[in-house]
Amino acid sequence: MACFLVPAGEAIVTTVLTKAFKSKEKAEMDPTSEEVHEAVSAKLPFSKKLSWLNNMLWGGSALLAFEHVWHGEVVAWFPFLTAMENHDEAMAMLHEMSTVGVSMAVLVTAAWGVMVLASDVIMKKQELEDTAQLQEIKTGDSE
Amino acid sequence: MTLLITVFAACVTTVLWYKKAPDDSMRLGFLCLMYWGASLMWMCDAIFEYKEMGAEFFTPEVSDMINDGFLGLSVVALGMIIWLAYLIIKDPKGIVKKMLTR
Repeated sequence: MACFLVPAGEAIVTTVLTKAFKSKEKAEMDPTSEEVHEAVSAKLPFSKKLSWLNNMLWGGSALLAFEHVWHGEVVAWFPFLTAMENHDEAMAMLHEMSTVGVSMAVLVTAAWGVMVLASDVIMKKQELEDTAQLQEIKTGDSE
Repeated sequence: MTLLITVFAACVTTVLWYKKAPDDSMRLGFLCLMYWGASLMWMCDAIFEYKEMGAEFFTPEVSDMINDGFLGLSVVALGMIIWLAYLIIKDPKGIVKKMLTR
């Protein structure tokens, strides 16, 4: 009925958060300090990770909105949702939004969480490998 | 059927993205995430439908399957149109800019 509105609402929030994080990261990165610049560029910025969630939420909501247009549940005239035309259907729509819609948003966010966790583990593993390699080179030089 | 077609589209684009990675100048990552997002949402919808309908969920009417199949293909096409528009607006290779300033 209108379950896609819940992930779309979350997408608005995450888009605003992404913009805020991006400007914060830009402000934190001082181009004159090489040390800081290296540290920042070695880590994947959080705004980049949030943009994955944005793409999933916006893309999914757009495609689901199309499905609702296909089924005649979303129309081009006010109130845009056919379920809003009578009280019973409006209640059913709200119930669907609070169950299916919320579950959709939670599932997509959980999948994103797994992606972020996996990327963090990969980055950490890479960092450890790099440190070990550097240590090997250093010990080789001292010998 | 719509879920199945979208999952297939997501898998194919993910393979294409992986083949090209780390070069993402075609912004295939965006298309992947869009299809995966929609797939997850439809999967959720399918779980709720299964809870309501039970085993009947797996034996849809032929007319419903055809309608859902058309919907799935249309969704894939719409996803590609959104991706193309995004690609042209972002213009990561600067081709559109070059064409306009030539």
